[in-house]
Amino acid sequence: MIYLKLFFTFLKIGLFSFGGGYAMIPMIESEIEGNGWLSSAEFIDIIAISEMTPGPIAVNSATFVGHKAAGFLGGFIATIGVAIPSLVLILIISKYFYRFQNHPLNSAIFYGIRPVIVGLIVTAAIFVSETAIFRDSLSMDLIRKVFRQPREVLNIEGILIFVISLIALKKFKLHPILAIVLSGVMGILLFYVV
Amino acid sequence: MEKKTDFRLLLDIFITFFKIGGFTFGGGYAMIPIIEREIITKKGWIKNEKEIIDVFAVAESIPGAIAINTSTFVGYKIAGRKGAIVAACGVILPSFIIISLIAAFFSQFQDNPMVKAAFMGVRSTVVALIIIAAIKVGKKAIEDKTSVIISLVTIILVLVLDIHAIFAILGGAILGIIIYITLPEEMEKINGQKDEIN
Repeated sequence: MIYLKLFFTFLKIGLFSFGGGYAMIPMIESEIEGNGWLSSAEFIDIIAISEMTPGPIAVNSATFVGHKAAGFLGGFIATIGVAIPSLVLILIISKYFYRFQNHPLNSAIFYGIRPVIVGLIVTAAIFVSETAIFRDSLSMDLIRKVFRQPREVLNIEGILIFVISLIALKKFKLHPILAIVLSGVMGILLFYVV
Repeated sequence: MEKKTDFRLLLDIFITFFKIGGFTFGGGYAMIPIIEREIITKKGWIKNEKEIIDVFAVAESIPGAIAINTSTFVGYKIAGRKGAIVAACGVILPSFIIISLIAAFFSQFQDNPMVKAAFMGVRSTVVALIIIAAIKVGKKAIEDKTSVIISLVTIILVLVLDIHAIFAILGGAILGIIIYITLPEEMEKINGQKDEIN
Protein backbone atom coordinates (compact mmCIF):
# COMPACT_ATOMS: atom_id res chain seq x y z
CA MET A 1 0.00 0.00 0.00
CA ILE A 2 1.78 3.07 -1.33
CA TYR A 3 -0.07 5.55 0.93
CA LEU A 4 0.93 3.76 4.11
CA LYS A 5 4.50 3.48 2.87
CA LEU A 6 4.62 7.20 2.09
CA PHE A 7 3.11 8.07 5.44
CA PHE A 8 5.53 6.01 7.51
CA THR A 9 8.58 6.95 5.43
CA PHE A 10 7.94 10.65 5.95
CA LEU A 11 6.93 10.13 9.56
CA LYS A 12 10.39 8.62 10.05
CA ILE A 13 12.02 11.53 8.23
CA GLY A 14 10.09 14.03 10.36
CA LEU A 15 11.04 12.23 13.53
CA PHE A 16 14.76 12.19 12.82
CA SER A 17 15.27 15.57 11.23
CA PHE A 18 17.40 17.86 13.28
CA GLY A 19 19.11 21.07 12.34
CA GLY A 20 17.01 22.28 9.44
CA GLY A 21 16.45 21.07 5.93
CA TYR A 22 19.89 20.42 4.50
CA ALA A 23 20.84 17.87 7.14
CA MET A 24 17.85 15.82 6.03
CA ILE A 25 18.94 15.56 2.42
CA PRO A 26 20.99 12.34 2.82
CA MET A 27 18.09 10.76 4.71
CA ILE A 28 15.40 11.72 2.19
CA GLU A 29 17.72 10.72 -0.63
CA SER A 30 18.27 7.20 0.64
CA GLU A 31 14.54 6.75 1.29
CA ILE A 32 13.38 7.87 -2.15
CA GLU A 33 16.18 5.98 -3.85
CA GLY A 34 15.36 2.78 -1.96
CA ASN A 35 11.71 3.08 -2.99
CA GLY A 36 12.42 4.25 -6.53
CA TRP A 37 10.15 7.28 -6.13
CA LEU A 38 12.43 9.85 -7.75
CA SER A 39 15.81 10.06 -9.48
CA SER A 40 18.70 11.88 -7.78
CA ALA A 41 18.54 14.67 -10.35
CA GLU A 42 14.81 15.14 -9.77
CA PHE A 43 15.36 15.27 -6.03
CA ILE A 44 18.04 17.96 -6.40
CA ASP A 45 15.63 19.93 -8.58
CA ILE A 46 13.17 19.78 -5.66
CA ILE A 47 15.82 21.19 -3.34
CA ALA A 48 16.25 24.06 -5.79
CA ILE A 49 12.48 24.54 -6.06
CA SER A 50 12.22 24.46 -2.25
CA GLU A 51 14.73 27.26 -2.10
CA MET A 52 12.60 29.41 -4.39
CA THR A 53 9.22 28.64 -2.85
CA PRO A 54 8.15 29.31 0.71
CA GLY A 55 8.17 26.58 3.33
CA PRO A 56 10.61 24.11 4.81
CA ILE A 57 12.54 21.69 2.58
CA ALA A 58 11.11 18.79 4.59
CA VAL A 59 7.52 19.75 3.80
CA ASN A 60 8.26 20.64 0.19
CA SER A 61 10.01 17.37 -0.54
CA ALA A 62 7.30 15.40 1.26
CA THR A 63 4.61 17.04 -0.86
CA PHE A 64 6.58 16.66 -4.07
CA VAL A 65 7.76 13.08 -3.56
CA GLY A 66 4.29 12.00 -2.40
CA HIS A 67 2.68 13.67 -5.39
CA LYS A 68 5.13 12.05 -7.82
CA ALA A 69 4.69 8.64 -6.23
CA ALA A 70 0.91 8.62 -5.79
CA GLY A 71 -0.74 11.80 -7.00
CA PHE A 72 -2.38 14.56 -4.95
CA LEU A 73 -3.48 12.26 -2.15
CA GLY A 74 0.05 10.85 -1.94
CA GLY A 75 1.42 14.37 -1.53
CA PHE A 76 -1.16 15.11 1.15
CA ILE A 77 -0.42 11.95 3.13
CA ALA A 78 3.36 12.38 2.95
CA THR A 79 3.00 15.99 4.16
CA ILE A 80 0.85 14.92 7.12
CA GLY A 81 3.44 12.23 7.90
CA VAL A 82 6.36 14.65 8.02
CA ALA A 83 4.43 17.12 10.20
CA ILE A 84 3.00 14.74 12.78
CA PRO A 85 6.16 14.19 14.84
CA SER A 86 6.47 17.97 15.40
CA LEU A 87 2.86 18.27 16.45
CA VAL A 88 2.91 15.33 18.84
CA LEU A 89 6.29 16.15 20.34
CA ILE A 90 5.40 19.80 20.95
CA LEU A 91 2.15 18.80 22.64
CA ILE A 92 3.98 16.37 24.91
CA ILE A 93 7.08 18.41 25.52
CA SER A 94 5.76 21.95 25.91
CA LYS A 95 4.59 21.15 29.42
CA TYR A 96 7.76 19.50 30.65
CA PHE A 97 10.45 20.87 28.42
CA TYR A 98 11.64 23.74 30.58
CA ARG A 99 12.67 21.27 33.24
CA PHE A 100 14.50 19.17 30.68
CA GLN A 101 15.96 22.00 28.64
CA ASN A 102 18.48 23.03 31.24
CA HIS A 103 19.38 19.50 32.23
CA PRO A 104 23.07 18.79 31.51
CA LEU A 105 22.11 15.53 29.78
CA ASN A 106 20.28 17.58 27.16
CA SER A 107 23.39 19.57 26.28
CA ALA A 108 25.41 16.33 26.30
CA ILE A 109 23.10 14.78 23.71
CA PHE A 110 23.31 17.87 21.54
CA TYR A 111 27.06 17.99 21.97
CA GLY A 112 27.00 14.62 20.18
CA ILE A 113 24.29 15.40 17.61
CA ARG A 114 25.46 18.81 16.38
CA PRO A 115 28.68 17.60 14.72
CA VAL A 116 26.67 14.79 13.09
CA ILE A 117 24.42 17.47 11.58
CA VAL A 118 27.49 19.21 10.15
CA GLY A 119 28.65 15.88 8.69
CA LEU A 120 25.22 15.31 7.15
CA ILE A 121 25.16 18.77 5.58
CA VAL A 122 28.63 18.20 4.08
CA THR A 123 27.40 14.83 2.80
CA ALA A 124 24.43 16.62 1.22
CA ALA A 125 26.81 19.07 -0.51
CA ILE A 126 28.89 16.19 -1.90
CA PHE A 127 25.76 14.36 -3.02
CA VAL A 128 24.50 17.36 -4.98
CA SER A 129 27.98 18.06 -6.40
CA GLU A 130 27.96 14.60 -7.96
CA THR A 131 25.43 15.86 -10.48
CA ALA A 132 26.46 19.52 -10.59
CA ILE A 133 30.26 19.59 -10.47
CA PHE A 134 31.37 16.07 -11.28
CA ARG A 135 30.01 13.90 -14.04
CA ASP A 136 29.73 10.77 -11.94
CA SER A 137 29.36 9.62 -8.34
CA LEU A 138 32.43 10.16 -6.23
CA SER A 139 34.84 7.23 -6.10
CA MET A 140 38.59 6.71 -5.82
CA ASP A 141 38.65 6.17 -9.56
CA LEU A 142 36.96 9.50 -10.16
CA ILE A 143 39.34 11.34 -7.84
CA ARG A 144 42.29 9.85 -9.72
CA LYS A 145 40.81 10.95 -13.02
CA VAL A 146 40.36 14.53 -11.75
CA PHE A 147 44.13 14.96 -12.12
CA ARG A 148 44.68 12.88 -15.25
CA GLN A 149 41.67 13.61 -17.45
CA PRO A 150 39.87 16.48 -15.73
CA ARG A 151 37.61 17.26 -18.67
CA GLU A 152 36.23 13.77 -18.61
CA VAL A 153 35.02 13.84 -15.02
CA LEU A 154 34.63 17.53 -14.21
CA ASN A 155 31.67 19.58 -15.32
CA ILE A 156 33.60 22.77 -16.18
CA GLU A 157 30.51 24.90 -16.82
CA GLY A 158 28.99 23.65 -13.57
CA ILE A 159 32.14 24.58 -11.67
CA LEU A 160 32.11 28.04 -13.22
CA ILE A 161 28.51 28.64 -12.09
CA PHE A 162 29.32 27.20 -8.65
CA VAL A 163 32.26 29.58 -8.12
CA ILE A 164 30.29 32.61 -9.31
CA SER A 165 27.34 31.69 -7.03
CA LEU A 166 29.56 31.03 -4.03
CA ILE A 167 31.26 34.41 -4.35
CA ALA A 168 27.97 36.20 -5.00
CA LEU A 169 26.29 34.59 -1.99
CA LYS A 170 29.13 34.68 0.49
CA LYS A 171 30.97 37.85 -0.43
CA PHE A 172 28.24 40.04 -1.89
CA LYS A 173 25.40 38.57 0.22
CA LEU A 174 23.21 38.08 -2.84
CA HIS A 175 19.75 36.79 -1.89
CA PRO A 176 19.53 32.99 -2.43
CA ILE A 177 16.46 33.34 -4.66
CA LEU A 178 18.29 35.82 -6.90
CA ALA A 179 21.33 33.54 -7.00
CA ILE A 180 19.12 30.64 -8.13
CA VAL A 181 17.42 32.69 -10.84
CA LEU A 182 20.82 33.99 -12.00
CA SER A 183 22.30 30.48 -12.15
CA GLY A 184 19.26 29.30 -14.10
CA VAL A 185 19.98 31.99 -16.69
CA MET A 186 23.68 31.02 -16.71
CA GLY A 187 22.62 27.38 -17.14
CA ILE A 188 20.52 28.26 -20.20
CA LEU A 189 23.41 30.25 -21.66
CA LEU A 190 26.09 27.61 -21.03
CA PHE A 191 24.18 24.35 -21.56
CA TYR A 192 21.50 25.34 -24.08
CA VAL A 193 22.60 28.32 -26.15
CA VAL A 194 26.30 27.46 -26.47
CA MET B 1 -2.46 27.23 29.33
CA GLU B 2 -5.88 26.26 27.97
CA LYS B 3 -7.45 29.55 27.03
CA LYS B 4 -10.80 30.40 25.57
CA THR B 5 -10.67 28.84 22.13
CA ASP B 6 -13.47 30.46 20.19
CA PHE B 7 -13.70 30.02 16.48
CA ARG B 8 -12.59 33.56 15.66
CA LEU B 9 -9.35 33.26 17.58
CA LEU B 10 -8.57 29.95 15.87
CA LEU B 11 -9.33 31.47 12.48
CA ASP B 12 -7.08 34.41 13.31
CA ILE B 13 -4.26 32.02 14.28
CA PHE B 14 -4.75 30.07 11.08
CA ILE B 15 -4.62 33.16 8.86
CA THR B 16 -1.58 34.57 10.65
CA PHE B 17 0.42 31.36 10.27
CA PHE B 18 -0.79 30.91 6.71
CA LYS B 19 0.74 34.33 6.00
CA ILE B 20 3.95 33.39 7.81
CA GLY B 21 4.16 30.10 5.89
CA GLY B 22 3.58 31.88 2.61
CA PHE B 23 6.38 34.35 3.08
CA THR B 24 9.21 32.35 4.59
CA PHE B 25 11.68 31.51 1.94
CA GLY B 26 14.78 29.58 2.89
CA GLY B 27 13.54 27.56 5.84
CA GLY B 28 12.97 27.99 9.53
CA TYR B 29 15.63 30.48 10.47
CA ALA B 30 14.42 33.05 7.97
CA MET B 31 11.06 32.80 9.71
CA ILE B 32 12.19 34.07 13.09
CA PRO B 33 11.97 37.83 12.42
CA ILE B 34 8.62 37.41 10.62
CA ILE B 35 7.13 35.46 13.54
CA GLU B 36 8.40 38.04 15.99
CA ARG B 37 6.74 40.85 14.05
CA GLU B 38 3.43 39.05 13.60
CA ILE B 39 3.08 37.41 17.02
CA ILE B 40 4.58 39.97 19.36
CA THR B 41 4.32 43.36 17.67
CA LYS B 42 1.15 43.02 15.61
CA LYS B 43 -1.00 40.55 17.54
CA GLY B 44 0.46 40.74 21.03
CA TRP B 45 -0.20 37.02 21.50
CA ILE B 46 3.13 36.58 23.18
CA LYS B 47 4.04 39.42 25.45
CA ASN B 48 7.80 39.44 25.66
CA GLU B 49 10.87 38.81 23.59
CA LYS B 50 12.27 36.31 26.09
CA GLU B 51 9.33 33.97 25.76
CA ILE B 52 9.70 33.77 21.99
CA ILE B 53 13.44 33.10 22.32
CA ASP B 54 12.58 30.10 24.49
CA VAL B 55 10.14 28.94 21.83
CA PHE B 56 12.88 29.03 19.21
CA ALA B 57 15.25 27.16 21.53
CA VAL B 58 12.69 24.39 21.96
CA ALA B 59 11.90 24.34 18.22
CA GLU B 60 15.55 23.83 17.40
CA SER B 61 16.19 21.10 19.90
CA ILE B 62 13.40 18.69 19.04
CA PRO B 63 13.12 16.82 15.75
CA GLY B 64 11.05 18.15 12.88
CA ALA B 65 11.15 21.18 10.63
CA ILE B 66 11.91 24.30 12.66
CA ALA B 67 9.10 26.21 10.96
CA ILE B 68 6.49 23.64 11.97
CA ASN B 69 7.87 23.26 15.49
CA THR B 70 7.85 27.00 16.10
CA SER B 71 4.33 27.50 14.74
CA THR B 72 2.93 24.55 16.67
CA PHE B 73 4.47 25.77 19.91
CA VAL B 74 3.28 29.36 19.48
CA GLY B 75 -0.19 28.08 18.51
CA TYR B 76 -0.22 25.97 21.65
CA LYS B 77 0.74 28.93 23.81
CA ILE B 78 -2.04 31.05 22.35
CA ALA B 79 -4.91 28.58 22.33
CA GLY B 80 -3.88 25.17 23.63
CA ARG B 81 -4.09 21.98 21.61
CA LYS B 82 -6.52 23.33 19.01
CA GLY B 83 -4.30 26.35 18.54
CA ALA B 84 -1.30 24.10 17.93
CA ILE B 85 -3.07 22.07 15.25
CA VAL B 86 -4.52 25.14 13.54
CA ALA B 87 -1.13 26.92 13.50
CA ALA B 88 0.64 23.86 12.08
CA CYS B 89 -1.96 23.49 9.32
CA GLY B 90 -1.75 27.19 8.54
CA VAL B 91 2.03 27.26 8.19
CA ILE B 92 2.16 24.10 6.06
CA LEU B 93 -0.72 24.89 3.70
CA PRO B 94 0.95 27.53 1.45
CA SER B 95 3.91 25.33 0.58
CA PHE B 96 1.62 22.32 0.21
CA ILE B 97 -0.52 24.18 -2.34
CA ILE B 98 2.44 25.63 -4.25
CA ILE B 99 4.39 22.36 -4.41
CA SER B 100 1.30 20.35 -5.38
CA LEU B 101 0.77 22.73 -8.30
CA ILE B 102 4.44 22.55 -9.32
CA ALA B 103 4.46 18.75 -9.01
CA ALA B 104 1.35 18.52 -11.18
CA PHE B 105 2.94 20.51 -13.99
CA PHE B 106 6.63 19.73 -13.49
CA SER B 107 6.59 16.53 -15.54
CA GLN B 108 5.39 18.52 -18.55
CA PHE B 109 8.37 20.85 -18.38
CA GLN B 110 11.17 18.76 -16.98
CA ASP B 111 12.12 17.22 -20.33
CA ASN B 112 12.17 20.55 -22.11
CA PRO B 113 15.86 21.10 -23.04
CA MET B 114 15.84 24.73 -21.93
CA VAL B 115 14.32 23.89 -18.53
CA LYS B 116 16.86 21.08 -18.18
CA ALA B 117 19.71 23.49 -18.92
CA ALA B 118 18.38 25.99 -16.39
CA PHE B 119 18.16 23.33 -13.68
CA MET B 120 21.67 22.12 -14.47
CA GLY B 121 22.87 25.63 -13.75
CA VAL B 122 20.76 25.88 -10.60
CA ARG B 123 22.25 22.66 -9.16
CA SER B 124 25.64 24.35 -8.88
CA THR B 125 24.07 27.11 -6.79
CA VAL B 126 22.41 24.51 -4.58
CA VAL B 127 25.91 23.13 -3.85
CA ALA B 128 27.07 26.64 -2.93
CA LEU B 129 24.04 27.21 -0.67
CA ILE B 130 24.59 23.93 1.15
CA ILE B 131 28.30 24.63 1.65
CA ILE B 132 27.46 28.04 3.13
CA ALA B 133 24.97 26.36 5.48
CA ALA B 134 27.60 23.78 6.48
CA ILE B 135 30.05 26.57 7.36
CA LYS B 136 27.40 28.44 9.35
CA VAL B 137 26.28 25.40 11.34
CA GLY B 138 29.87 24.18 11.64
CA LYS B 139 30.97 27.37 13.36
CA LYS B 140 28.47 26.70 16.13
CA ALA B 141 28.79 22.91 16.32
CA ILE B 142 32.50 22.26 15.96
CA GLU B 143 33.86 23.12 19.37
CA ASP B 144 36.84 20.78 19.82
CA LYS B 145 38.74 17.81 18.40
CA THR B 146 36.00 15.35 19.39
CA SER B 147 33.37 17.19 17.36
CA VAL B 148 35.68 17.35 14.32
CA ILE B 149 36.11 13.58 14.55
CA ILE B 150 32.34 13.02 14.92
CA SER B 151 31.70 15.11 11.79
CA LEU B 152 34.32 13.25 9.75
CA VAL B 153 33.10 9.85 10.92
CA THR B 154 29.53 10.85 9.97
CA ILE B 155 30.64 11.74 6.43
CA ILE B 156 32.48 8.41 6.06
CA LEU B 157 29.60 6.36 7.48
CA VAL B 158 26.85 7.98 5.43
CA LEU B 159 28.69 8.74 2.20
CA VAL B 160 31.17 5.87 1.87
CA LEU B 161 29.55 3.06 3.84
CA ASP B 162 25.96 4.05 2.99
CA ILE B 163 24.81 3.91 6.61
CA HIS B 164 21.37 5.48 7.09
CA ALA B 165 21.53 9.02 8.49
CA ILE B 166 19.22 8.03 11.34
CA PHE B 167 21.93 5.76 12.77
CA ALA B 168 24.45 8.59 12.59
CA ILE B 169 22.11 10.86 14.56
CA LEU B 170 21.35 8.16 17.13
CA GLY B 171 25.08 7.40 17.35
CA GLY B 172 25.84 11.07 18.03
CA ALA B 173 23.20 11.21 20.77
CA ILE B 174 24.47 8.01 22.41
CA LEU B 175 28.07 9.24 22.23
CA GLY B 176 26.99 12.44 23.97
CA ILE B 177 25.32 10.41 26.73
CA ILE B 178 28.40 8.17 27.10
CA ILE B 179 30.67 11.20 27.44
CA TYR B 180 28.26 12.63 30.01
CA ILE B 181 28.30 9.44 32.09
CA THR B 182 31.96 8.50 31.81
CA LEU B 183 33.62 11.91 31.69
CA PRO B 184 31.51 14.27 33.79
CA GLU B 185 34.37 16.77 34.19
CA GLU B 186 34.89 16.93 30.45
CA MET B 187 31.18 17.68 29.99
CA GLU B 188 31.24 20.40 32.61
CA LYS B 189 34.15 21.99 30.80
CA ILE B 190 32.16 21.95 27.55
CA ASN B 191 29.14 23.48 29.22
CA GLY B 192 31.36 26.00 30.99
CA GLN B 193 32.83 27.17 27.70
CA LYS B 194 29.32 27.65 26.35
CA ASP B 195 28.35 29.82 29.28
CA GLU B 196 31.42 31.98 28.77
CA ILE B 197 30.51 32.48 25.13
CA ASN B 198 26.97 33.33 26.07
